[in-house]
Amino acid sequence: MAILEVDRLSKAFGGLVAVKDLSFTLNEGEILGIIGPNGAGKTTLFNLVTGFYKPNTGKVVFRGEDITGIRPHEICKRGLVRTFQITQPFANLTVLENVRIGAHSRIRSSREATEEALRLLQKIGLYEKRNEMAGTLSIGHRKSLELGKALATKPEVILLDEVVAGLNSREANDMIARIREIREEGLTVLLIEHVMKAIMSLSDRIVVIHYGEKIGEGRPEDISKDPRVIEAYLGEEYVLAKGH
Amino acid sequence: MTSLRRKQGVILLTVGGLIAVFLPLMTGPYVIHLAITVLFFGYLGMAWNILGGYAGQFSFGHAAFFGIGAFTSSLLQLHAGVNPWIGMLLAGTAGLLLGLFIGYLCFRYGLHGPYFALAMLALAEMMRLLAVQWMSSKYPLGINLPILGDSFLKFQFRSKVPYYYIMLVMMTGVLYISHAIERKRLGLYFKAIRENENAAESLGINVFRNKLVAMAISSFLTAMGGTFYAQYYLTIDDEAAFGTAVSIEVLLGPIIGGAGTVFGPLLGAGILEFLSETTRNLLGGYSGVHLMVYGAILVTVIIFLPNGVLGGLKSITGRYGKKGEEIAYGDSRGR
Repeated sequence: MAILEVDRLSKAFGGLVAVKDLSFTLNEGEILGIIGPNGAGKTTLFNLVTGFYKPNTGKVVFRGEDITGIRPHEICKRGLVRTFQITQPFANLTVLENVRIGAHSRIRSSREATEEALRLLQKIGLYEKRNEMAGTLSIGHRKSLELGKALATKPEVILLDEVVAGLNSREANDMIARIREIREEGLTVLLIEHVMKAIMSLSDRIVVIHYGEKIGEGRPEDISKDPRVIEAYLGEEYVLAKGH
Repeated sequence: MTSLRRKQGVILLTVGGLIAVFLPLMTGPYVIHLAITVLFFGYLGMAWNILGGYAGQFSFGHAAFFGIGAFTSSLLQLHAGVNPWIGMLLAGTAGLLLGLFIGYLCFRYGLHGPYFALAMLALAEMMRLLAVQWMSSKYPLGINLPILGDSFLKFQFRSKVPYYYIMLVMMTGVLYISHAIERKRLGLYFKAIRENENAAESLGINVFRNKLVAMAISSFLTAMGGTFYAQYYLTIDDEAAFGTAVSIEVLLGPIIGGAGTVFGPLLGAGILEFLSETTRNLLGGYSGVHLMVYGAILVTVIIFLPNGVLGGLKSITGRYGKKGEEIAYGDSRGR
């Protein structure tokens, strides 16, 4: 069953069309990967879905409700939350406070929010760092914190923007395991990722974007053989040389 | 560790509170006047701090609220015979409405940092020029309140001591409000907005509304301070109400003491008053020199303690705290 529908979404910045007539659906409980070369419009798509940008045309439907153009904090309250590719910690607050802010979106009491945040910190492996300033964390810990903040709002759908990129291989494996765990707990995941190992092993389906348009959709093993996808990533000559 | 710190805090507060309560028994009017000034600027600094320190919206024009507070209660008293205590509440309301008006305009259109600061400065200047124009025909000598004698109800006293206690109560009140904000969800929301608006918004915080809440609390309290000033001096004019000097004095305490902390503004107000009195006493004979020294000390403090005295102390205790212990504070310059 579709939990999130993106319907013919377009966004232009002046003359530059970042997202063009893009449609896809996200089914409840699945992990949908979104790939595409740099500048393909993936992050713009996230900004459109979570209310940071208003689309020029098209709409976003979440659980049967049109959420196009409503403010990000309202979208979060409805159960759709995102992380940022460039991590956005509250730098001068502690790790615990960072996660507490997320928990407060549905818990009023300070004590309960703290308990919830501590529980989550244990889960994402940042419990030991709870009293450190978020601004002093390493990139790996920052990515985990992004995830922790978003999870603290208890979403139904989580949009992860490159949470694996930039991690060393051990951290990357931990993160991949964690995303799997999140899905098993019933969350639906929309994933942008450049690290092929992560996207290929996690995704149930993949949508490929190039210059803001969808050029392919399907299961990971089919996508990796699609000549249009290979062309977008590696260039036309590569495809011709391989004789496809 | 935490409970020890808490115990120390309670002892410090009790001692400070006792000294504050019995101070008038121990000293004369000169010291009481100084103490009122410290409490008064501590009060205004804390009011500013809710918007400027916690929510991170650096206002350079709090004189607008201060002035509208002083004018509202004074004019109501002169023209409609409104009791100054009720006038004080109405003054707060007037400040709050002005705050919501300018806050709506600024935050709706996303004014940040220096742009917001300048918009606030412009607001205060506009109010000042309006006051200048209006007063030149109606009150060329300033608005002078009639002397009605020694009465709590009329908010007028011959001695400074009652003013001292009133200010002490007001300051304690806003100290309590700051403390409550610091501990509650609201305070965490303010800090989240200060640190990163996009991240705050994405985690379900209504940034616009929470900024307006900070503005409302801050402008209400600041305007009430304006009424106290008018009742203490029984005279008010455009410069004393809306002057840029007022805007600066309001925010100097928090900046020196530590913005975004509960006690920073009060500490800052104390340090500033101590510095200005000492330099004046030592160098008063050479006209202007004490102001130069005062300015030089201020510049030095701001260069070496960019997070204020409390911020500096916290980063020192944080740095030297043992590993594994609860280190609640770090060097916030390391963004």
